Amino acid sequence: MASFSELALRFRLFTMAYRYQRYDTSPNTPLRLPLSRCRVALITTAGFHLPEQPPFDETVDSGDCSYREIPNTVDTQTLPIAHKSHAYDTTDTEIDANLVFPLDRFRELETEGKIASLNYRHFSFMGAITKPRQLIRQTAPEVSRLLKSDQVDVVFLTPV
Amino acid sequence: MCNQSVGLIQRAVEEAGISTVSITLVESIAKQVKPPRALVVPYRFGHPLGEPNNPTLQHAIIAEALALLADKTPPPILRVFVEPV
Repeated sequence: MASFSELALRFRLFTMAYRYQRYDTSPNTPLRLPLSRCRVALITTAGFHLPEQPPFDETVDSGDCSYREIPNTVDTQTLPIAHKSHAYDTTDTEIDANLVFPLDRFRELETEGKIASLNYRHFSFMGAITKPRQLIRQTAPEVSRLLKSDQVDVVFLTPV
Repeated sequence: MCNQSVGLIQRAVEEAGISTVSITLVESIAKQVKPPRALVVPYRFGHPLGEPNNPTLQHAIIAEALALLADKTPPPILRVFVEPV
């Protein structure tokens, strides 16, 4: 498992004192279809954005809660260039974006018929959000509604 | 922070009526945020899919995670990934 000792000192000190959101229960939407009949979308918090999209604002102390739409047709080779993190080493992501956003792997699952299809768009957030109020109240529900309107059956999420 | 953010986004998507599954690098955060289904992986930050350019390992992780969707146990479901030998 990841250890906080990997992080740069100032992030380590911060995470030691931080109070995470705490819930007693989980929401539950059971899957009613076999995966082979499901439309799948990906969400990453790797902070990816397309070269023509505005970058995430890393000057916001509490974290930028906005999101970027990543088209399913994106070339994963071009993605890693857009994001640098100060908290952890991104070298391996620059080698292979699938390490944090496994779009090529899901394309293979689609070709093999293990999933029905990939949605025409996926979503990218910046993960370093320390005050997630706007994420909880606005941007995460907004993305959820978009995916629901796309008739997505399954969402696969990856942190960094 | 990323692991908390993923859990919070996941909760919102699931609440909107879409089945979700995530990978997490920090089990203790997942236990607090309680995303409905998460696979705990034994890798460093920035490495939820294990290793770069290792499609076999990446597929093994994805398959384990997707298998949680078929689990009838009431959420939260938190399973630890064991790397195939």
